[in-house]
Amino acid sequence: MDWVNDIIQGIMTGGLYALFACGLSLMFGVMNVVNLAHGDLAVVGGYVALGVIAVTHVPVLASFLIVVPIMAALGYLVQRTLIQAALNRSVLTTLLVTFGLSVVIENALLQFVNADSHSIGTGNAIISGSFKVSSAIQIGYLPLIILGVAVVVLLGLQYFLSSTKYGRLIRAVADDREAAQMSGVSYRHVFGVAAAIAFGTLGLAGIAQGMYSQFAPTTGTTTILLFAFAAVVIGGLGSLWGTLLGGIVLGIADQIGSQINSAYDPLAGFVIFLVVLVLRPQGLTGRGAQS
Amino acid sequence: MNSPGNGDRAGNGTSVLEVRDLTVHHGQLRALNHVSLQVYPGEVYAIIGANGAGKTTLLRTIAGLHRPTAGSILFDGADITRVRPERRATSGIVMVPEGRRLFPSLTLEENLKVGATYARTGPWSIGQVYELFPWMKDRRDQRTAQMSGGEQQSVAIGRALVANPRLLLLDELSLGLAPVIVQRIYGMLPQILASGVTILLVEQDVSQALRAASHLQCILEGNTTLLAMPSEVTAEQVEAAYFGLAATTTGNEGSHPLWTGLTTSSRGS
Repeated sequence: MDWVNDIIQGIMTGGLYALFACGLSLMFGVMNVVNLAHGDLAVVGGYVALGVIAVTHVPVLASFLIVVPIMAALGYLVQRTLIQAALNRSVLTTLLVTFGLSVVIENALLQFVNADSHSIGTGNAIISGSFKVSSAIQIGYLPLIILGVAVVVLLGLQYFLSSTKYGRLIRAVADDREAAQMSGVSYRHVFGVAAAIAFGTLGLAGIAQGMYSQFAPTTGTTTILLFAFAAVVIGGLGSLWGTLLGGIVLGIADQIGSQINSAYDPLAGFVIFLVVLVLRPQGLTGRGAQS
Repeated sequence: MNSPGNGDRAGNGTSVLEVRDLTVHHGQLRALNHVSLQVYPGEVYAIIGANGAGKTTLLRTIAGLHRPTAGSILFDGADITRVRPERRATSGIVMVPEGRRLFPSLTLEENLKVGATYARTGPWSIGQVYELFPWMKDRRDQRTAQMSGGEQQSVAIGRALVANPRLLLLDELSLGLAPVIVQRIYGMLPQILASGVTILLVEQDVSQALRAASHLQCILEGNTTLLAMPSEVTAEQVEAAYFGLAATTTGNEGSHPLWTGLTTSSRGS
């Protein structure tokens, strides 16, 4: 039964990892940008949520209604200014620029907030609780909600990309941005929209991280970015459902690793990450990177 | 704005497109050297030239994908030399690029929908394109990657038409297609012209260009070598302009002109 429990708990954690990863995957798939500030921006999302809750006193679970639009606007802005300027030079420059952004965000948070860890209390005993499936298996409501949110986000993204005007334009621009320009599509604007969506998911990721455990200014690079990367690589670059699969594989590996020896908890996931990288570099879902 | 020096075309009013002294560099290489041209409404203006002559560069510069080093581009009399490609497309200059450049992960109909997203108002719609190419309707949900070259070329033309261009730029329609398919696609041009679209095309297949065009310009190594109407030039004149009096047999376009001083008759096969 331990194994069953590990797998179930792993799937739950996988939802959180998928939430970390889907924005990273989207930005890479659409504009070939590996956003090294991705984790830090999720942390920014968490702090924005804390601020929003403190100022407006909205219910914690409803805070995303304000946080996600703020993060989306930030995403459009950062894309149209900083990242686009880097893209105009070369794709490699975006690595340097987003790395720089990551350093700036971390230090700005240390300077203007502080180094303390924060968590976002759900303020609801039921949500912080869990229910028993059997004597050995307990499922927390919060991880279940986070997994549900991840699935809803992925379903929403899939619908958006496949069935809406902007989704179609995003896919067209990802295929061939020059050809899109020749059809009158401003790829810069479309990139901005894609970044807005990616940053919006980061708002959710930040809130989820804050509710699930806690965050500090450095959590972005030490935790979120690493798990996001691992989930994206395991699942397959540029594939949305691959990120969920990758997150779940990572989550299960963590659980089983810690079951064997608690010191193996993060190690096991990254061993899987390396194994996938060596044996199946295109990821489990097998779609290669778009060029 | 009336353009002098075009006696036979003065009756057509203002030029749709005017290119003045356009010079374009690719790095150190000068791809176009003071090329000028004027296209009037309703014309099929063909630019011919050998591989590497600068034809595609010219078309891409008109579409806004290359920045010229010098010279200007006027569309309906307005200077668009610095206007972004997507703005040129929405104002009516739409290109069917070399190699089709369809969106491979999109279906046929999605390709057309992208073309129609920022369309001008006009006669062309996705339904009209399905009327022009009836086979498309049944295959609208297919990815274009599985289609034949001729079918892909038709989709690329359809994607351009649904934007309701005033000036349609066609880059090497015949490239990689069987002659019978090329003829079929060129056979569509009269219908497109009849809808009020003006066409500027680039073509390596000279005989095809001569058949389709109302006006002809030949460029060689970035320079205009012939400017005429197809009806008034001889095959020899076209040949001389195309190869620069005489060709090298090596096919080294862009190399130093070794042929200076040779005559037309010494052209190899």
